[in-house]
Amino acid sequence: MKMKSLVAAACMALTGTAALADGHGGKLKVGMITTLSGGGAGLGIDVRDGFMLAAKGNEMLEVVIEDDQQKPDIAVQLADKMIQSENVDVLTGIIWSNLAMAVIPSATAQGKFYLSPNAGPSALAGKGCSPLYFNISWQNDAFYEAGGLWANENDIEKVFLMAPNYPAGIDGMTGFKRTFTGEVVNEVYTSLGQTDYAAEIAQIRASDADTVYFFLPGGMGISFMKQWAGSGVDKNVMGPAFSFDQGILGAIGDAALGVKNTSHWSKDLDVPGNAEFVQAFQDEYGRLPSLYAAQGYDTALLLMSAMGKADVNDADAFQAALKEADFQSVRGKFSFADNQHPIQDIYMREVVKEGDVVTNKIIGVAATDHSDVYGVDCSM
Amino acid sequence: MRRETILNTLLYLAMPVAAGLAFVMGETFLITLITRAAIFALAAVGLNLALGLGGLVSLGHAAFFGIGGYAMGILAHHAQTYTPIMDTWFVLEGTKSMPVIWLVAIASSALAALAIGALSLRTSGVYFIMITLAFGQMFYYFAISWPAYGGEDGLSIYVRNDFPGLNTLDPMQFFALVFAILSGVLWWMGRLARAPFGLALSAARQNAERVETVGLGPFRLRLVAFVISGAVTGLAGALFADLNRFVSPTMFSWQMSGEFIVFIVLGGVGRLFGPVAGAMLFVLLEHLLSPVSDFWLIYVGTILLLVVLFARGGLIGSLAGREVAHD
Amino acid sequence: MTPILLIEQVLNGLQSGITLFLMAAGLTLIFGVMGLINLAHGSLYMIGAFAAAAVAGWTGSFVLALGAALAAAAAAGMIIEMVVIRRLYDRDHLDQVLATFALILIFSEGTRWLFGSFPLYLDVPAALSGPVTLPGGILYPSYRLLIIVIGLLIAVGLFQLIARTRIGIQIRAGESDREMIAALGVDISRLYTIVFALGAALAGLAGALVGAIQSVQVGMGEPVLILAFVVIVIGGIGSIKGALVGALLVGLTDTLGGVLLPLLFGLFMDPSSATTIGSALASMSIYILMALVLLFRPTGLYGRA
Repeated sequence: MKMKSLVAAACMALTGTAALADGHGGKLKVGMITTLSGGGAGLGIDVRDGFMLAAKGNEMLEVVIEDDQQKPDIAVQLADKMIQSENVDVLTGIIWSNLAMAVIPSATAQGKFYLSPNAGPSALAGKGCSPLYFNISWQNDAFYEAGGLWANENDIEKVFLMAPNYPAGIDGMTGFKRTFTGEVVNEVYTSLGQTDYAAEIAQIRASDADTVYFFLPGGMGISFMKQWAGSGVDKNVMGPAFSFDQGILGAIGDAALGVKNTSHWSKDLDVPGNAEFVQAFQDEYGRLPSLYAAQGYDTALLLMSAMGKADVNDADAFQAALKEADFQSVRGKFSFADNQHPIQDIYMREVVKEGDVVTNKIIGVAATDHSDVYGVDCSM
Repeated sequence: MRRETILNTLLYLAMPVAAGLAFVMGETFLITLITRAAIFALAAVGLNLALGLGGLVSLGHAAFFGIGGYAMGILAHHAQTYTPIMDTWFVLEGTKSMPVIWLVAIASSALAALAIGALSLRTSGVYFIMITLAFGQMFYYFAISWPAYGGEDGLSIYVRNDFPGLNTLDPMQFFALVFAILSGVLWWMGRLARAPFGLALSAARQNAERVETVGLGPFRLRLVAFVISGAVTGLAGALFADLNRFVSPTMFSWQMSGEFIVFIVLGGVGRLFGPVAGAMLFVLLEHLLSPVSDFWLIYVGTILLLVVLFARGGLIGSLAGREVAHD
Repeated sequence: MTPILLIEQVLNGLQSGITLFLMAAGLTLIFGVMGLINLAHGSLYMIGAFAAAAVAGWTGSFVLALGAALAAAAAAGMIIEMVVIRRLYDRDHLDQVLATFALILIFSEGTRWLFGSFPLYLDVPAALSGPVTLPGGILYPSYRLLIIVIGLLIAVGLFQLIARTRIGIQIRAGESDREMIAALGVDISRLYTIVFALGAALAGLAGALVGAIQSVQVGMGEPVLILAFVVIVIGGIGSIKGALVGALLVGLTDTLGGVLLPLLFGLFMDPSSATTIGSALASMSIYILMALVLLFRPTGLYGRA
């Protein structure tokens, strides 16, 4: 029901375009392109729901939502549509790095603001940075670098790295190696979409690593963790939060217990506003929020904070207002570096069981005031 | 005039008329959408030579579409970053010129079609379907795991490539360019179908032995058809990449191959304008249904199923009737 | 690489081959008897996994879950056979490809509509969750061993079914001459429904067995479907024996290629490019295998010309 009414709202927004085509009169129109169908839909739905939760009741904000089906060409087409026909002021919503690379450079080139609620490809943090592009989630390497730092502090000496053989996987492992000072005993790159990890688990068992550090998003991570639990191999397991998020933990179950993962947010994070967010999200949608929901929520908060300060038609003023990041993030302190990517704390979480629910608990801080290394290449 | 001829004329005119209307109304996005339909139509027109005329159900044409796309991506990427593609034996520079990119796209996809065709055409029927599908997947996995050109992230080209005398970034001009190419290829395909080559190919589909006894080798006929077919789809891939200013391995995905076949069947198998009608219908459905429900693909699936089961001959077949012989 | 590790990897290859066999057997039977190419076979695999996850969630019993997977996939198979597939037997392959492609869209989005967009939970039963020690000190997950055993039993059962039973005789007759068995008074449409349901049930069982150690999610069937196609192309379409041999070849090539190729390239390259090139080639290895087989035997290892 909820979904239908949102879609209906989006449709009404669509048909109402003509009247608002020029001069929004203080109103701001957001185009959200995100993944709402197909295998990756869970992430997009959470970003959307988090965003809409924060935007609820704000009559100055008009949101058009479209489904990119996780396909780059569809995303480009939707971005063209939102920019050319619907005259949106701000774009947001994209989940995947490859779609982000397809859409963001051309959107900012056409003078539109883009707020990234997920995905931070390195090209856009460095040479390809833009005054109109803000990242409210993380630069892609952030969680991995924090993982490496935490490993240094916690007597982890020999690590086995594993990720899918695609840019996000390779970047992630590079990020870990950038900060990790111990020994990397082996690096394995699996095929994207691989579902059987028996061969890799055998290699891990045979190695003298004390810890496995892996990044396997979505179904790949679920498969690996279930098979890992059945293998009886006794080594520490670490990774970024993406493989252990709320939407995924339910499918892994007890097999994930004890796994350490880095995240900038957790539902038990004790900062003002977070408990309220978690409660409101549960009341509204009947499920626990994920980090994607938190990112969507923060994105809307940031946008509304800037709307209060400047008119979006005055790009310089609006950019300055966004850059102040004058909102209460559910992650606690949050500010922007010069390349308009986050400076934030990254925590180490552990997967635990609360009653019947498998979920994450914060066990410490992995990195304080973390920002990315690509900013030096950004001439802005 | 035959009903199908009238229908074809209407279909042919529909695109520029719709684009013109959109232009007048200032709906630039609609022009982009129509351009997309025209490019899909071109890709499917290519496939239709193998599938409609030759009876070769290729479920791997996305391979050629992707190769065309990457020809554009790689050339433009090197031109945009001012790095040579190769400088070991001789220096090879990238380029932003569309005609050069098209030639490279056509040549490389034709070459790939020659290799895939030479292997796959040793088989027929259901083997052929599965083998082409598998080869398509091979390219898909290769594109994802080969890091040099972005892997799964693909390649972004910031500005559309150049065509002498045109501002290709202007949606209307780019549409005109695509439409001109589509028209040229349609004209050529129409001639090809009536030429001795087309007739022999068609005869080989209906009765391979008879063609063989006349002294024509069905294998060579089919291979030539497959290569031309792949080359046209490759050209469409280069245009598609330019439309999006972006290439990624999804162009190689088997769903893409499936969609090309869908265009042909929706429009009408073996009809010159079948792919054009099918691609227009599909893009229209996608545009109209996706805002209605998150589960809009169910409707697309149902429509497709109903067309296959009950409306044989597709859109053109239903409208123009079946009085025309299949070829 | 130690011999123990190598043996373990061979077992892994066997296990993945056996699960592929369950998929490929149904596909090849359906093609052999009815001459139908069924792209929606991957959806039946998914239905099996989802049914198992749902029933395991309600009852907590893995055996019931497997039963549910078999039943749900067989029922889904029967329904689509009677409503859709039946109309396709006389059509050309193109129509079959299209109609079953449409079925994939309907099943995938329908499942997402019913079960939501997040992966479901399905775990191996507690009794089988640990490893067992095999002769030679090899630690191997007991559940995977079970899959190998179940798969081999089913393979034996299928061969027996086809060689010994009445239905088997009809199936063999149907493969060689379709008109003839109708003329002999066999209820051909019942036979077709049974064969289709049998193939569907095998796919559903594979989905449930594999779903317990992988991820139960929408779209899980298609990658397996394409591998199963490669299997039956290699083995020869219509041949159960070919499906078994092809499945084992593909399973072993895929697993061992992924492990050995990066090592092989490591002998004469720096480690990081060896890993990249090795992994890239490994992901293509089964297609190269397929191309090689076709070069020498265009109708597959056990296919009829």
